[in-house]
Amino acid sequence: MQERHRLGEEEITRELLRPLVTTTPMMWVGFIGLGAVLAIFVFAVSWMFYWGLGVTGLQRPNMWGFMIVNFVFWIGISHAGVMISAILRLTQAEWRRPVTRAAEVMTIFSLMTAMLHPVIHTGRPWRTLYWVFPYDFWRNLWPDVRGPLVWDPSAILTYLTGSTLFLYTTMIPDMALARDRTTGWRKVLYTILALGWRGNERQWKMQTIAGFLLSGLILPVFVSVHSIVSWDFAVSLVPTWHATVFAPYFVIGAIHSGVSAVVTLMALMRWLFRFDHYIRLEHFDAIGRLLIAVGTGWLWFFLLDIFFAIYPQEPRETEIMTFRLFEWPFNVFTALIFIFGYFIPVPIWIFQRFRRNVKIMFWTSILVNVGMWAERYWLIKPGLMRKYEFTFDWNWYRPSIVEISIVLGSFALVGFLLLVFSKIFPPISVWEEKEGQHFAQQLQVGKRVVNAIVREF
Amino acid sequence: MAIREVLGLYRDLDSAVAAADALREAGFSRNEFEVLSNAPYPEGTFGEESGIHRLFVFPLIGAACGFAAGLLITGGTQLSFPLMTGGKPLLSIPPMIIIMYEGTMLGALIFTVLGVLFESRLPWIGRALYDPRITQGYIGILVRTAPEREARAIEALRKANPEDILTEGSKAGQQPARG
Repeated sequence: MQERHRLGEEEITRELLRPLVTTTPMMWVGFIGLGAVLAIFVFAVSWMFYWGLGVTGLQRPNMWGFMIVNFVFWIGISHAGVMISAILRLTQAEWRRPVTRAAEVMTIFSLMTAMLHPVIHTGRPWRTLYWVFPYDFWRNLWPDVRGPLVWDPSAILTYLTGSTLFLYTTMIPDMALARDRTTGWRKVLYTILALGWRGNERQWKMQTIAGFLLSGLILPVFVSVHSIVSWDFAVSLVPTWHATVFAPYFVIGAIHSGVSAVVTLMALMRWLFRFDHYIRLEHFDAIGRLLIAVGTGWLWFFLLDIFFAIYPQEPRETEIMTFRLFEWPFNVFTALIFIFGYFIPVPIWIFQRFRRNVKIMFWTSILVNVGMWAERYWLIKPGLMRKYEFTFDWNWYRPSIVEISIVLGSFALVGFLLLVFSKIFPPISVWEEKEGQHFAQQLQVGKRVVNAIVREF
Repeated sequence: MAIREVLGLYRDLDSAVAAADALREAGFSRNEFEVLSNAPYPEGTFGEESGIHRLFVFPLIGAACGFAAGLLITGGTQLSFPLMTGGKPLLSIPPMIIIMYEGTMLGALIFTVLGVLFESRLPWIGRALYDPRITQGYIGILVRTAPEREARAIEALRKANPEDILTEGSKAGQQPARG
C-alpha cells in the first residue's frame, strides 16, 4: 500500500467525526427507508407471536425454515468482520485502518440479529429465559451439554462478548477525543465510555498490545463459532447434513460472504459519509485480491461437500443430492450459488481495473451474498423435505409472507443499527488513522523518494 | 511528600522531543514525566519509557478460570444428576471439550480486557493535569515532581517553545505561565 495522502490532524478529526454532527439527505433516506422495512419486520414478528407459528410455512417435517437459514447467514456475515480486523492487525497491514471499526461493528450487529432468529423462532420468546436457564438447584436438573443446542449459544455468546470487548477496547481513545469536543448528553456519554483516558505512553502501549492479544484470542473463537453452528446440522442424521466437511465448509463460506459484506459496507461508507480520503481504491484492490483466494477456497469446499455426498453411493444421500441439483426450485438455487457466488464475481476481481472500481466491487459483493444466502437455503432445506422411514407425514416448505418479511427486516435491522452507530460513534477509528500518519515515513532510495512505514514487533 | 504537576503543551513533534531532551538535561528522570498525545508514536520517540507490565498474565489466569467454569458446568452438572440416556457415557468428552473450550476463550478474552484496563490505569478518576487540546493534536509533556523542582521543570519546558504551560491551580486556556 504505497498510495498515501498526507492529512492534517484536525482534518482527520473533522472529517471522521462529520457523520456524528451532520446528517446528509442520503442518511435521512437510509433512516426512513430502513426504518419502514424495520416496522414491517416488527409487525410480522408481532403477528407471528399473536397467532403462533402456524402463520409461517413451518410444518412437519419442515420445522426449520427461513428463520434458521437466515440465522446461519447472519452468523456467517458476522465472521469476516472480526476476522479481517484480527488478521490485518496481527499482520500489521496498513490498509486495515479504515476498515477495522466498521467490520467489528458489523460483526456485533450481525451476531445480535442472528441470535434474534432462534429466539423468535421459538414462537414464545418470553419463555426463552425459562428454557435457556433451567438451572434448577433445588432438584439438581441441568441442561444436557451433550446437545448441540447448548454448544451453539455458548459459542455465539463467547464470540459476541469477545467482539464487543474487542471493539470497545479499541474505541476508548476515540471516546476521549469525542469527550473533549462535545457538550450535553454526548459529553456525558463519551466521558463515561472514555474511562478517563489521557493518552499517555503506557496507555498507548497497552492499546497496541491489546490489539495483538485480543486478535490472537478472537481468531480461534471465530473459527469455533461457525464450526459449532455447522454441527447443529452435522451431528444430526438428516441426509446431506451428516457430513464431516461441514465445519471447515461453513467457516470458509462465512468468510466468503462476510468479506463481501465488508466490501459492501466500505462502498456504502465511502458514498454516504464521503470518506474518499480514507477508504481508497487501494483498499478495494487489496480486499478484492483476498476475495479471490477466499472465494476459490469456498468453491473447493462446496464441491467437496457434493463429492462426499455422492461418492459413497448411499441411496438417501444420492437422492437428496439429485433433488438439489436437478429438481425445481433447487436447480435454480444451484445455478444462483455457482454463478453469483463464484463465476461472475471472481473472474471480475482478477482484473485490477475492476477491483479499483467501487461500483463494480459493490455490486459483485452484493451478488456474492445473494449466492451465499441461496447456498444456506440449498444446504438446509432439501434434506428436510423428504420422507424417511420414521417420518409420519411430510410436505414441501413454502415460506409465508411473515417469514419473507422477517428475512427482509433482518437486513434492515442490521443497516439501521449501523446507521445509528455511525451517528453516535466514529465509524472509522480516528486514532488509528492518525497513528498511520505518525508512522508514515519517506525513504530516499537512490534518486527516488519512496513511501515507507515504521513497524514495531 | 507532595507532588506537583506541570503540563507543557507543544504544537509539533520536534518541540515535544526537544522538551523531553531539555527535561533530561535538567536532571529529570524518565519516570518523572510522561508524554500525552492523541495517537501513538513509534516507541522511543521521546526516549525509552519504562515498559514493565504484566498484561500477558491476565489471559492465562482468565483461561484457567474459564476452563474451570467449563469443566464445572459440563462435568459437575452431569455428575450431580446422573441420568444415563441411550447408553451414552455420562461424561462424554467431545461435547464437554466444546463448552470447556468456549469457557476458556471467554475467560481469556474478559481477563485480557480487564488486564488492559488495569495496566492502563483505567478507569482514571483521580485528578491530573490535562488539556483537551491534546486530542486536537497538541503533545503534552506532563512532569510530576517535588514542589522545589517545579520551577526547574517549567524552565526546561520553556526551552522548547511551548504553546502553553499549565500548572496546578491554573485552568486550561488561561495560559498562566506562557512560555
